Parts: sequence; structure tokens; C-alpha cells
Amino acid sequence: MSFALDVFSLAAIGAGAFFFFAGMVGLLRFPDSLTRLHALTKADNLGLGLVVLGLLPQAGSLLAALKLIIVWVLVLLSGAATSQMIGRALRKGEDRK
Amino acid sequence: MNLLPIIDVGLALLVLGIATWTIAAREVFGAVVGYVVYGLLLSLVWVRLYAPDVALTEAAVGGGVTGVLLLTAGARLRSGGGKEAGEATGLPLRVVAAVLSLLVALGLAAVVLFLPEPPATLAPEARAGLAATGLGNPITAVLISYRSFDTMLEKIVLVLALTGVWSVAADGAWGRAPAPIGRMAPDGALTLLTQTLAPLGIVVGLHIFWVGADAPGGAFQGGALLAAMWMIVMMARLAEAPRIDARWLRLALIAGPAVFFLAGLAGVAWGDGFFSYPPGFAKPIILFIEAFMLLTIAVTLPMLVAGPPSKGAGR
Repeated sequence: MSFALDVFSLAAIGAGAFFFFAGMVGLLRFPDSLTRLHALTKADNLGLGLVVLGLLPQAGSLLAALKLIIVWVLVLLSGAATSQMIGRALRKGEDRK
Repeated sequence: MNLLPIIDVGLALLVLGIATWTIAAREVFGAVVGYVVYGLLLSLVWVRLYAPDVALTEAAVGGGVTGVLLLTAGARLRSGGGKEAGEATGLPLRVVAAVLSLLVALGLAAVVLFLPEPPATLAPEARAGLAATGLGNPITAVLISYRSFDTMLEKIVLVLALTGVWSVAADGAWGRAPAPIGRMAPDGALTLLTQTLAPLGIVVGLHIFWVGADAPGGAFQGGALLAAMWMIVMMARLAEAPRIDARWLRLALIAGPAVFFLAGLAGVAWGDGFFSYPPGFAKPIILFIEAFMLLTIAVTLPMLVAGPPSKGAGR
């Protein structure tokens, strides 16, 4: 059972790391700010979500697992809000041109 | 195979790289962003050095509050027609700064390299005295009990810093409220974030303060979190900064140091001397002092960020 959980953790964290990597490549390579923002949100939402999912079986206690989930939800919330604000600021900047 | 040393070396290299980038950045904004990342990485370093208390403080103050402080200062410099950092400093000043920094770095490196083996430590003594304080966290015991006088003076420094910020206000603006942080128009996304985050953050801040007696955390870390929550509420324009002559604000600012000082004096009257806590009552007294310090920190830091009172704001 614990072996299966370890494999699950490795797979989920690996997948999360892949999304972080892809997000980082997008952040460096995409042509403009809006597409870069798009790449970044994948790393934040899916990447961190998968890492947290992988860490859940290793958390040891229900409270620690709950804390991990709360961390993810908080990052989701702040990530979504700041992306929205950055997007709005970008659009305002374009209007002015 | 142990991967941790590799991660440690990678972390150290990252910190050095970000530090260099922060110094080399040509724009104030970029440099501040670099500084915030530097603070966050540094808090990871503190975690790896088994110092979670310092890590919490570094993340909250070094990365968070100082970052906002520098960002607002940079924005104020720009709007005031000031030059970008880097343009104003001449070559001689830069050389002097570089030499001084190099001397400090070399001195620190020498100290670390020539540490006696095993390094001198007071940790066993700090732990041995824990029983008398009733606390479980030796860091809190050091801060509030063993060297309480220093901690009280640190809080007074905070209030002095705020007095310094206020003293640059124009005469006509004295007693009014600081201008809104960031001067942003109310924004739907920010409002939603604030309304969700602030209640959670207040609970977490109080929790960190409360567990500080027995686990990593304490008044400063919790207070910085509460301060951050008030800042974001002010930034989202859900609440305006208070007038600086508001009675409650003044009371909150001096509450921490004043209660600390009175508790110290009470030690003279009933105990063995200045800042001696009566045995058996040490923990309640320490928590009592810390509660007021929490209040002072949570109020002082946002007011520092909000800056001097301005003429337009506050009726």
C-alpha cells in the first residue's frame, strides 16, 4: 500500500514539476505579456495543485494535509486575482497608446 | 544518495545570483522585485538552517513588508520627478560603497571561516532556562524574557521610525490621513481577493502569535501578517488610512512598548528587579506583553507603508 502511495506521489509531483517547467518555458519564450501570463497561471494552478496532490499521502496527519490544500487554494485565489489585475493594467496601457 | 546538499548549494547560488541581479537592476521596480525574491529565497535558507522563527520573520518582513515599503517609496520618487536610482550616484560614491560592502562581506566570511570547533553556543543555557518561563519555544524566551530590554527598545525604534516618516509631512497636512497606498481605482479582482484573504490572514496571524509561546512564531511574525492584511485592505480601498492624530491610533502605536515597560517596572516593585517576572506567572505575563506588541506591530507597519499624511486625503 505504501509503495503504491509513493509511486502515486512521485507521479503527481513529477507531473506538477512538468507543468512548472512548461510554465517557465512559456514565461521565457512567449511573445507578449498576456500570453506569458497565460503560461504562468498553468504553473501556479495545475503545477502546484499536482505537487500538493502528490504530497497529500506523505503529509502524515489530516491537519497537515488540510494545510497543504489551504496553501494551494490561497495560491489559486491570489494568482487568479493578480493575473486579472495585471491583465487589466496591460489593457489600460494599450488603450493609452 | 542524499540530494539535500545539492539543493542547498543550488539555493545558495540562487541567492547570490538574485542578489547580484538586484544590485545590477537599472530600474527601481526591477530591483525591488529582485529584493522580494531574495527575501523569499533567504527564508528558505533559514528553513534549511533549522531556524523556522527567523524564516517566518524573513518571509513576512524581509520579503513582504519591506518590499511594499520600497515599492511605494519608488513610486513616490518617480511621481515626485526624482531620478531613477543609479543616475544620481557618481563614480566615487559607488567605489566607496563597493569597498565598504566588500569589507563587510570579507569580515563576515572571516568570522564564519575561523569559528572555533565546536562553535560557541548559548543554546543549552537558553533551553535550560525554559522551565522558569513556562514557555516551550526558546526563541520566544530569549526575545521576551532573557533579553526583554532589547526587544522593548526594538519596538520603540519602530515607533521612532514612524515619527520620522510623519515628520516629513507638509505643515498643512499635519494631523490628516496618509494618501491611499498605490492610488489605484477600486478593482473588482482585488476587492474579491481582499474580502477572502483578509479574514483568513487575520486568523493565521493570530494563530502564529498564539503558538509562538511553544512553537515557531510569535508577536513579530503574527503582527507582520496582520499588518499585511490591513495593508491589502487599504490598497483595495475597502478602508481608508486613519488620520494620524486619531486617539486610537496613537494609543495602539505606544501600547506595545508602554505595556512592556510597565511590566518591567512591575518587576521592580514585586519581583527581583527590572523585567523580572514572578515565578509561575511568567508565561501569562509574557503573553500579555506580546498581545500588545502584536497590536503595535500590526498598526505601525501599515502606517509606515502608508507614508506621511497628505493634504488631499482625510477630512
